[in-house]
Amino acid sequence: MKKTGSQIIVECLKKEGVDTLFNYPGGAVLPLFDELQHAPFRQLLVRHEQAAVHAADGYARATGKVGVAVVTSGPGATNTVTGIATAFMDSIPIIILTGQVPTLLIGNDAFQEVDIIGITRPCTKHNYLVKEVNDLGRILKEAFYLARSGRPGPILVDLPKDVLVDSTEFKYPEKVFIRSYQPTYEGHPGQIQRAVKLIVKSKRPVLYTGGGIISSNASKELTLLAERLGIPVTMTLMGLGGFPGNHPLSLGMLGMHGTYRANMAVMESDLLIAIGSRFDDRVTGKIESFAPQATVIHIDIDPTSISKSVRVDLPIVGDCKRVLSKILSLLEEEEIDSFKEGLNKWRHQIEKWKALHNMDYQQGEKIKPQYVIEKIYELTKGDAIITTEVGQNQMWAAQYYQFIKPRTLLTSGGLGTMGYGFPAAIGAQAAFPNKLVIDISGDGSFQMNSQELATAVQYQLPIKVAILNNGYLGMVRQWQEFFYGKRYASSCLEGISPDFVKLAEAYGAVGLKATKPEEVVPTLKKAFSISKPVIIDFVIDPEENVYPMVPAGEPLNQMRLV
Amino acid sequence: MLLHPLTWSFGLMRHVITLLVENEFGVLARIAGLFSGRGFNIESLGVSETLDPTASAMTIVTRGDDQIIEQVMKQLNKLVSVIKVVDLIDKDFVEREMVLVKVAANPETRAEILRVAEIFRGKVIDVGSKTYTIEVTGDEKKINALLALLKPLGIKELVRTGRVAMIRGSKTSTEPS
Repeated sequence: MKKTGSQIIVECLKKEGVDTLFNYPGGAVLPLFDELQHAPFRQLLVRHEQAAVHAADGYARATGKVGVAVVTSGPGATNTVTGIATAFMDSIPIIILTGQVPTLLIGNDAFQEVDIIGITRPCTKHNYLVKEVNDLGRILKEAFYLARSGRPGPILVDLPKDVLVDSTEFKYPEKVFIRSYQPTYEGHPGQIQRAVKLIVKSKRPVLYTGGGIISSNASKELTLLAERLGIPVTMTLMGLGGFPGNHPLSLGMLGMHGTYRANMAVMESDLLIAIGSRFDDRVTGKIESFAPQATVIHIDIDPTSISKSVRVDLPIVGDCKRVLSKILSLLEEEEIDSFKEGLNKWRHQIEKWKALHNMDYQQGEKIKPQYVIEKIYELTKGDAIITTEVGQNQMWAAQYYQFIKPRTLLTSGGLGTMGYGFPAAIGAQAAFPNKLVIDISGDGSFQMNSQELATAVQYQLPIKVAILNNGYLGMVRQWQEFFYGKRYASSCLEGISPDFVKLAEAYGAVGLKATKPEEVVPTLKKAFSISKPVIIDFVIDPEENVYPMVPAGEPLNQMRLV
Repeated sequence: MLLHPLTWSFGLMRHVITLLVENEFGVLARIAGLFSGRGFNIESLGVSETLDPTASAMTIVTRGDDQIIEQVMKQLNKLVSVIKVVDLIDKDFVEREMVLVKVAANPETRAEILRVAEIFRGKVIDVGSKTYTIEVTGDEKKINALLALLKPLGIKELVRTGRVAMIRGSKTSTEPS
């Protein structure tokens, strides 16, 4: 039967199992929104298109499903670029539907026209301009398939207004086949066998795990592998929660602000087993000095990540979950009890490093941000969904909250986008209305998307925002202190930030404030008991720094500890 | 120090890469954007339709060390619109490009220009009172040799196509395997 482009879109979204949309309307998408009015999706109107994309992203990270954002043409589309680049860098499956001027006006400098396809080519996994309504069903099917398969990523579909209105005989395409896109899921059996042989011969192995474990839903397999062999595990920022942070084999996060023992273990290891991680510069420090004694096994679904910056000795291209399962079954045939025993000396060395320096900070008269994070962890028993902004707040959250389960930390790792946390929390809360969702924020970051307070209030999303308020752009100030002789150029917000309590109340949310350490726990308890969005302004020690720190370009074992 | 006939400078090999890509809107922009975005160098690029009207063949000449070329190949393969990528460096292949050269022609040099064109099996495709335009097809070495000979005679204008290349023998580099 004949359907319009708008009706086709609604049907395709339904067939793909979409239940939530994050929207902002405009002229070019009026026909689509008219159809969406009666569609069976929950639809949240945000207050800035960047937030629509971050919310779709947060929804996708929290659920593992594909997030969807719908915006209009021109400025609506350009406002999504930061959100798209954020999802692209962290490999998050989202679909962005943008309006576009009618096909005949494209290229004419029409009102609210931009070449969003050209603009987002480098920061989407793929993008499409729908030139005629007959292509629409196939394109949407391909878009969802591409978003969630292989290495996931954002897909943008540009929809000219006449395509939304034109109609055609429509039958939903049951199959999708893209001849030029065939990801490899099963690892090469020969490589896997070689990997197992290398593992059982190692004396100081380390499992270096990243976001790929979470995308692949491979936590169980990873935990089994680590426990069976007694191999210590370190996680990247994106991998936190993929392995339980409170597990005895956990080394904590590695890298620029990682734990002492994680960085030392990597630098002293003789076998580095990288799974679903990509040797990012925040992790490796000085590349030439990285893991100097280690043979490197790299399991990743994306061949471009392998041997991109660090030479890999044994690459295995495949899906983490499937490769780990194969490794586990091959291990059945190996003598592993004596191997596990043999690692006692290595595990003992790691305990010594932990005793030498573990995450700690000095308490004082002012509230310490690390204390706030610790109390949040204790009160929630690690059961909340945590989103973060970027900078010091993000690093303290990663260091002091022990992520036990996957999909409980939603943070912009690759792009480092300030303003990500609050809208992402909106997406996560929309996905899990009954879970406690907490955004760890900063006074700088929160102001980037504070307008979304309106969205949180409108849809009664009881998100808790913990602003670690130090009156500075904290991470910038820290670098200016260490490397620029304390010249705090453009990083001071003291006295010019809004009264966050009044700001919350202006939107109809609840605002709380704490200025003394003994107020932290009662304020948190109060916030958690209110079923409305709550902003908590924690006035923290202004010049507290994130430690350990590996200065940029230094080897991982050159950490500043105090 | 490695000195290979194909090297431009020590350690940096010239690679001729052929791609089979979807013949769809924006594919050329994608490929070019990939190279510029990642700082890879395009020395030459040619693209056209193939036997299959839904697919196009591209020939790209680029330069880099082993690690860079490995990344180039992998990143090209990763693009959703790219069907197949072949680096011809280890293969036996033929390559051609065409050049149109406008040379200053006066009574003393006319004969010399015609002789050079004949030696290189070129054609004179335009004659003026002061210039000849010559068309020559060949591989890079032949074209460079021609230009070196014509330069002292006075080249007024020069246009080259991109290089196209194909594997020798019965195997194909661009049809899907």
